[in-house]
Amino acid sequence: MIKSELIERIAQQNPHLYQRDVEHIVNAILEEIVSALSRGDRVELRGFGAFSVKNRPARTGRNPRTGEQVSVSEKYIPFFKTGKEMRERLNEGEE
Amino acid sequence: MGGKTITRADLAEAVYRRLGLSRTESADMVEMVLQEICDAIVEGDTVKLSSFGSFVVRDKGLRVGRNPKTGHEVPIPPRRVTVFKPSNIMKQRINEGLADAPAPVETEAD
Repeated sequence: MIKSELIERIAQQNPHLYQRDVEHIVNAILEEIVSALSRGDRVELRGFGAFSVKNRPARTGRNPRTGEQVSVSEKYIPFFKTGKEMRERLNEGEE
Repeated sequence: MGGKTITRADLAEAVYRRLGLSRTESADMVEMVLQEICDAIVEGDTVKLSSFGSFVVRDKGLRVGRNPKTGHEVPIPPRRVTVFKPSNIMKQRINEGLADAPAPVETEAD
């Protein structure tokens, strides 16, 4: 499913909204998540999952081909942990 | 800045501010969007949201794990897991946002 299909599915359930409004709603939600993460905030959505940011410190790496040392600078990595309910739904009937 | 936790209520607030729907309807829309994404993932569908990232379902086979406390071997049954792959745009925005004002976030263990 891509974003336009998500928008279409939601628009179908909400005939009183224009598809363009639904598009704005989906984008507002995703934008809010990204801006929270870029402030270093966590986004916790019960049943769905939680987005957080982890810091990966600077390190000295090696070019595997040449063996040459390269410095890799510090960076931040977004991380998603699946919520309990989604995890259980993914594995239903397999316990 | 940083270290706060954003919830559904904050997402609903963002929809309310930008779209001018009622607060109740904004909250309902947030719920519906999360539900649709969740349903697609549970069906094993990959969910690709451009400029955000994609959710992919992976099948993990049976493997033998260990209880870290007791050292006992325990079988970890085959299971399905969701993996989130952030888009380059998301990674870039996070790194730009935190470059100037580092937030107290967890440092990744090696």
